[in-house]
Amino acid sequence: MRFERREHPPTALVLLAPVGAILAALLLSGGLIALAGANMFEAYGLILKGAFGSRLGVSETLTRTVPLILTGLAAAVAFRARLWNIGAEGQFYVGALAVAAFGTVPGIAGLPPVLAVLMCLLAGALAGMVLLLGPLGLRLKFGVDEVVTSLLLNFVALLFVSMMIEGAMKDPLAFGWPQSIPAPDSALLPKLMARTRLHAGLLIAVVMAVAVWWIQARTVFGMRSRAAGLNPRAAGFAGVPLGRTLITVACLSGGLAGLAGAVEVLGVKGYVTTDLSPGYGYSGIIIAMLANLNPLGVIAAALFSAVMFVGADSMSRALSIPSYIADVTVALSLLTMLVAIFLTQYRIRR
Amino acid sequence: MSQLLDILSSVGMWEAVLRIATPLIFGTLGVLLCERVGVLNLGIEGIMTFGAMVGWVTVYSGGDLWTGMLAAAVGGAAFGLLHALLTVPLGLSQHVTGLGITLFASSFAYYTFRLAVPVATSPPTVDPFRPWPVPVLSDIPFVGPVLFNQTPPTYLALALVALLAWGLYRTPLGLALRMTGENPHAVEAQGIDPVWLRICTIMAGSALMGLGGAFLTLAAFNSFFPTMVQGRGWICVALVVFASWKPGRALLGALLFAFFDAFQLRLQTVVEGVPYQLFLMLPYLLSILALILMARRARVPQALMQPYRRGER
Repeated sequence: MRFERREHPPTALVLLAPVGAILAALLLSGGLIALAGANMFEAYGLILKGAFGSRLGVSETLTRTVPLILTGLAAAVAFRARLWNIGAEGQFYVGALAVAAFGTVPGIAGLPPVLAVLMCLLAGALAGMVLLLGPLGLRLKFGVDEVVTSLLLNFVALLFVSMMIEGAMKDPLAFGWPQSIPAPDSALLPKLMARTRLHAGLLIAVVMAVAVWWIQARTVFGMRSRAAGLNPRAAGFAGVPLGRTLITVACLSGGLAGLAGAVEVLGVKGYVTTDLSPGYGYSGIIIAMLANLNPLGVIAAALFSAVMFVGADSMSRALSIPSYIADVTVALSLLTMLVAIFLTQYRIRR
Repeated sequence: MSQLLDILSSVGMWEAVLRIATPLIFGTLGVLLCERVGVLNLGIEGIMTFGAMVGWVTVYSGGDLWTGMLAAAVGGAAFGLLHALLTVPLGLSQHVTGLGITLFASSFAYYTFRLAVPVATSPPTVDPFRPWPVPVLSDIPFVGPVLFNQTPPTYLALALVALLAWGLYRTPLGLALRMTGENPHAVEAQGIDPVWLRICTIMAGSALMGLGGAFLTLAAFNSFFPTMVQGRGWICVALVVFASWKPGRALLGALLFAFFDAFQLRLQTVVEGVPYQLFLMLPYLLSILALILMARRARVPQALMQPYRRGER
């Protein structure tokens, strides 16, 4: 048995791949659900009901989708150029922290809301960028693999956030809880649905997905970043400025992850804690792969993960199955997706 | 100053260095094996988490400690097989597959743990490995209690360093293994199947990662809790570069690292007014520093991250 590369993967197969992958993942974790003594169909039914069955469910699911779209985009733009940014979790946190810090700048509180929001988002994105430019600099200058460095910085960033919210940026009015000073009121994002947590960040996330898609499909930079990912040597030979392209990619990727943190603070909590993210940065990696690195696909993949996470909570209470099953399913779907993509690109020959 | 000397001259400090180094030794040797045959295994963080869980649950449900270690090794090897199947015959991106394995293995570990152990306010515990003083040798002053009063898995880790250093450089299998990471085509020409060699080695390396995880729950601590591996796996990946893919240097790297870790813990109690988080950042920052220092000098296995397909160049 051997594998033979297809010259032109059939479109139908490419479109079916994610569906097949997710079905396979659902089936596999169905086995694990059975192991816990429950019925797979009942469990998935309850997950869907939990995620969409009520006004609160829908708003919670969409609220969860927001940071996932942004971290998914962060991974997708980087991976496309073969920049292995695994540090989105850390970039998310420094982005969040930057917003809270920015609130202390004199004059921000008096700004009109639109301007305050824009400046806060920019501050978050810039912080994320800076955190990724470090590992990229090490790669370009010393040849250090950015996978491990960007990953290790996640731990450093989280400890830094913890240090700040217990120290210099601690909210004196929080009854001793370690949480940051609040973000400026004028910069808080408006709600999209009354009496729910759903906020205007959803629009920001979708706009960013479309913008990234446009940049990748229609600009010279998009073409260059793709070429750098496909074959760096050939791209360099063809005159693509590799270093500069990668720096721009890193700014975009780190910026998106930082933006995710900023949006989460401005939209949901209003301040920073060390449990602001239940691993959004890591989920972003899965989402990017599920979307096959397509920015518009990221929206769908983020929605899928959000449904799993939100729905699993209520399913878990009803059937007393550990809600970690959501993480298992989403992680499994990354692996099944990898195989599915492989099968679209190769055919099996005896 | 005298407090620093007190720390540095205390038996407890140096004993802790060896203890903290043990999971890193297992993990680093595991990554080293995989990379020697040309495959990056970023699944390590998840595989260690799974090993920690499976080892602990085995003992918790009545197995003895060595059965727990064995279960962790088998569990690690199983995830190694998964990683190997995806990256070797299919030739999928080793970066992405490894991360996928990490995310899958760790969430699978949490899920299984919650199935095996119902929620409780205080985590249930097992009776962990006790230090096993080596007769006679442990009576040597200072050196004795530091080196020869450790738990059995620590001795195992040290023995593995020697075994691997010998095996890689002094046996035909070791030569074939190293060649597979440099030039699989040449290995194939010798009549050895590089695909099989890669799959088996990745499984063996992942088994070691599982053991490293199990050490955490069965010797260092006596309970399992999520996120307990805390980036130790990633640190191992950095240590392999620091070690230039050599087992002896991997031991040195792990010990150096553990020294700083043990030292910062004790320093926290001496130095006042510095946020404790700064100390906790040290291990991660040191790993990055180690990577920078060694990145240029280290000679990477030439076929690392290159999928091997028969007949393709």
